[in-house]
Amino acid sequence: MASVSVCQYRPGGFSFENCKRNALLEADINKLGFSSPAARKTGTTICGVVYKDGVVLGADTRATEGMVVADKNCSKIHYISPNIYCCGAGTAADTEMTTQIISSNLELHSLSTGRLPRVTTANRMLKQMLFRYQGYIGAALVLGGVDCNGPHLYSIYPHGSTDKLPYVTMGSGSLAAMAVFEDRYRPNMEEEEAKRLVRDAIAAGIFNDLGSGSNIDLCVITKGNVDYLRPHDMANKKGVRTGSYRYKHGTTGVLTKAVTPLNLEVVEESVQTMDTS
Amino acid sequence: NSFTIHSFFTFLDTTIMAVEFEGGVVIGADSRTTTGAYIANRVTDKLTPIHERIFCCRSGSAADTQAIADAVTYQLGFHSIELDEAPLVQTAASLFREMCYRYREELMAGIIVAGWDPRRGGQVYTVPVGGMMTRQPVSVGGSGSSYIYGYVDSNYRAGMSKEECLKFTAEALTLAMERDGSSGGVVRLAVISEQGVERQVILGNQLPKFSTV
Repeated sequence: MASVSVCQYRPGGFSFENCKRNALLEADINKLGFSSPAARKTGTTICGVVYKDGVVLGADTRATEGMVVADKNCSKIHYISPNIYCCGAGTAADTEMTTQIISSNLELHSLSTGRLPRVTTANRMLKQMLFRYQGYIGAALVLGGVDCNGPHLYSIYPHGSTDKLPYVTMGSGSLAAMAVFEDRYRPNMEEEEAKRLVRDAIAAGIFNDLGSGSNIDLCVITKGNVDYLRPHDMANKKGVRTGSYRYKHGTTGVLTKAVTPLNLEVVEESVQTMDTS
Repeated sequence: NSFTIHSFFTFLDTTIMAVEFEGGVVIGADSRTTTGAYIANRVTDKLTPIHERIFCCRSGSAADTQAIADAVTYQLGFHSIELDEAPLVQTAASLFREMCYRYREELMAGIIVAGWDPRRGGQVYTVPVGGMMTRQPVSVGGSGSSYIYGYVDSNYRAGMSKEECLKFTAEALTLAMERDGSSGGVVRLAVISEQGVERQVILGNQLPKFSTV
């Protein structure tokens, strides 16, 4: 039987318990010459919403490699077909290759059927491939598009499960973005309102999640038209330096000058021609 | 500490239920899908159509159960076309059992198959984790089912009407959702009979109320 334990009620908000201790530790560490560890950053914020005329997909643009930002402006909204786009979170290589493979297969399928591809077809192909690899392909996707049956939006998890919903978020910033959606989503929004909502959801991820950052990309898909807005909003523009740190010539006086020539002897010289035809 | 959601599985740790009555079956489920402590989908539909009058209730791994249901839907559809008649509920349950037992080491799926066929009327078959298959007049499944075995055993009577079964299922699911953290959201119900399928949703504020201390 489960034992009953009394739950300690903790008041909400930030807990400042450790701040004094951290300040002391930091002072001690700096005396020894080390610096306190930096925050580890991983992740993405991607989301999508179905509105009156179609779907709006959104993504941030930061790609991280461990503790370093590898790409400040990478593109996370991938092309699947003229009427279907897919945002990818997780391992960048996996999302890139998976979406390219399915895009290629879908184009062949579309030529074979003679019809514009359906979002549910792309969803089936993606989920069956990801399930086959049992989660080892780390691709969490937000798939959206408009086909003959109207606008559709799916979220696809790395193990191959999918959910068909009117609004979805994925990535490490998904909780921040979902909070914005749960507050302001309404069915049948107008385009401007939907774009504003997605922009705000991604911004919530960018500013509250350490793994997301830089700009906000948007992709608005309607029947017969796609607006790929990259960037839609440069939320983190690099600041302009107000002062100049260049020093005039002669600022540092030269006291002495010593020149030492290095005697290098050419031992062997060979030329290899490369066949570049 | 930021955590990557993709390192978790999506689970349908859940409460699902099916009851036979004269002329058909009533099936029900909650609507919560979780990845760790986050609710990935709060309006999930765990009652999946396999054929016109055969449904399955899914619990366990979301990916595994979706893949199995898709495969069985295909197999049953093909079989039905070959036979040129409506498939038996037992056939659908057998197909689920074959797959769940053969791949029992790789899969995590607890499924209740329920439906109506012309030969034997309303039937409920349960295929829990491991791949056993057995027919039961009433069956519950998922993590929330532990909390309602007592309620189900004491309140089930043979020969209940459709309305009584709906009320019974809704109340049992509500009780489970109240106590199980992995179950929640809305209650989805479906009635399968000769006439077809009637689906309904009971939203959170419309759920039956029980006295709680």
